[in-house]
Amino acid sequence: MAYSNKVIDHYENPRNVGSLPKDDVNVGTGLVGAPECGDVMKLQVKVNPDTGVIDDAKFKTFGCGSAIASSSLATEWLKGKTVEQALAIKNTDIVTELSLPPVKIHCSVLAEDAIKAAIADYKKKQGKETTADTHAQPTA
Amino acid sequence: MSVKLPIYLDYHATTPMDPRVVEAMLPYFTEKFGNAASRNHPFGWEAEEAVEKARKQVADLIGANAKEIVFTSGATESDNLAIKGAAEMYREKGNHIITCVTEHKAVIDTCKRLEKEGFRVTYLSVQKDGRISLDELRAAINDKTILITIMTANNEIGVVQPIAEIGAIAKEKGILFHTDAVQAVGKIPFSVNDLKVDMASISAHKMYGPKGVGALYVRRRNPRVLLAPLIDGGGHERGMRSGTLNVPGIVGFGKAAELCKQEMENDAKRLSVLRDRLNARLHKGLDEIYINGSMEHRLPHNLNISFAYVEGESLLMGINDVAVSSGSACTSASLEPSYVLKALGAGDDLAHSSIRFGLGRWTTEDEVDYVADKLTTVVTRLREMSPLYELAKEGVDLSTMQWQTEGH
Repeated sequence: MAYSNKVIDHYENPRNVGSLPKDDVNVGTGLVGAPECGDVMKLQVKVNPDTGVIDDAKFKTFGCGSAIASSSLATEWLKGKTVEQALAIKNTDIVTELSLPPVKIHCSVLAEDAIKAAIADYKKKQGKETTADTHAQPTA
Repeated sequence: MSVKLPIYLDYHATTPMDPRVVEAMLPYFTEKFGNAASRNHPFGWEAEEAVEKARKQVADLIGANAKEIVFTSGATESDNLAIKGAAEMYREKGNHIITCVTEHKAVIDTCKRLEKEGFRVTYLSVQKDGRISLDELRAAINDKTILITIMTANNEIGVVQPIAEIGAIAKEKGILFHTDAVQAVGKIPFSVNDLKVDMASISAHKMYGPKGVGALYVRRRNPRVLLAPLIDGGGHERGMRSGTLNVPGIVGFGKAAELCKQEMENDAKRLSVLRDRLNARLHKGLDEIYINGSMEHRLPHNLNISFAYVEGESLLMGINDVAVSSGSACTSASLEPSYVLKALGAGDDLAHSSIRFGLGRWTTEDEVDYVADKLTTVVTRLREMSPLYELAKEGVDLSTMQWQTEGH
């Protein structure tokens, strides 16, 4: 299938690949998707405790080029946003920006889920909210 | 090292025509354009003669008699004709068919169609090496079984089934045996009598011949196999397949068969060396890569490998100057990975991480080295950005993770 130039650019030069210390109280981690579906995204945000602004964001993705691009783009967008602004990012914004075809919309949905999961984890650590349990945990 | 890009390593999908095949075909588009069914003039005789020569060339490749070759539009039609034709012809005798879960869709979907029409179909599972169990086959046979259809070599994993053993069982039980031999004929020795095959589907474009032409071998003696035609009309091909013969295509098919007969042994030796070189080089550069299916019972030019923690489509994107095929189907509506790899019990994640390599007559050592090195680089890069690789390196057992899957 043909990828848009933006997808190819994010695939070839992914932004913010890596990991943040997941035990840091200011770091929220979201891990969404499943290997058997062919997509797993780990997205992390580091929030400045004084300003409530996301200082840093990192991702790692197992998935197709569109999944990698969606998560790479998400980390770019997250930096500099407040937690509440970050929650306003919609998957349709990602679809538009990357010109994703219909069969790849699920990649953008997963990226939105990853953002929400990361922020839920952050809020949980801060003792603010404990609503979401959307990220994966080892059961053992 | 200089290689011409892109590199084609998808010979299971199709093959380029051998220039000698093209040469043989050319006159039959223009000056020798006759209809092989025209009995009253030299144009027709010339075309008929060419078709009969090709029929013998194809028959010789599989140890058959020329009269046992029915030309079709390709192997999908051959599979349909064999299965539906036998089902209709022998319906009085029984309504049970045995096949296998890793068959090509041309066989599986044909069987599913027959199920809707009241036939019963047993889909044998495969063992971890991709081969069926002969005990399971024996156990599946009942007094209503009229047909066993099992492919000779698989199109994804190249695994070769125990065809001679299946043929012996079918013969002993008096059941017809059809095999989709598309990937095997012209690549490995295939003799309808040694293997006790009653019907075999073949395709020209998988063996350096033209697209749009194939054949069904239909045994004429011991037993004489009768098939109800799918296409009615002028009664061509012993009444089993009406329609004006594709003379240039058939001539090319014949030439391709002749060349395969001459060159198969050398091609197979050369390609198995190259295939093993590719495999060794990948294993040298990467850990946690897994071969799908038996290495022992395998086409000499096939390799199918899962690169753990890396998704197949992103892998293909990274090697976009190499034409291969992935078992991951992230682009399709279903998002289902290869049913063949799933049937091996490899786990869906490994099925999503697989690449099929098909080598062929023009594959070179330089190409194989280039592909192995490129893949090593790309897999390494993608693993660095794979959360699964990170978790695995931390010692987390991925199979015990609870994954959030809803909505995807």
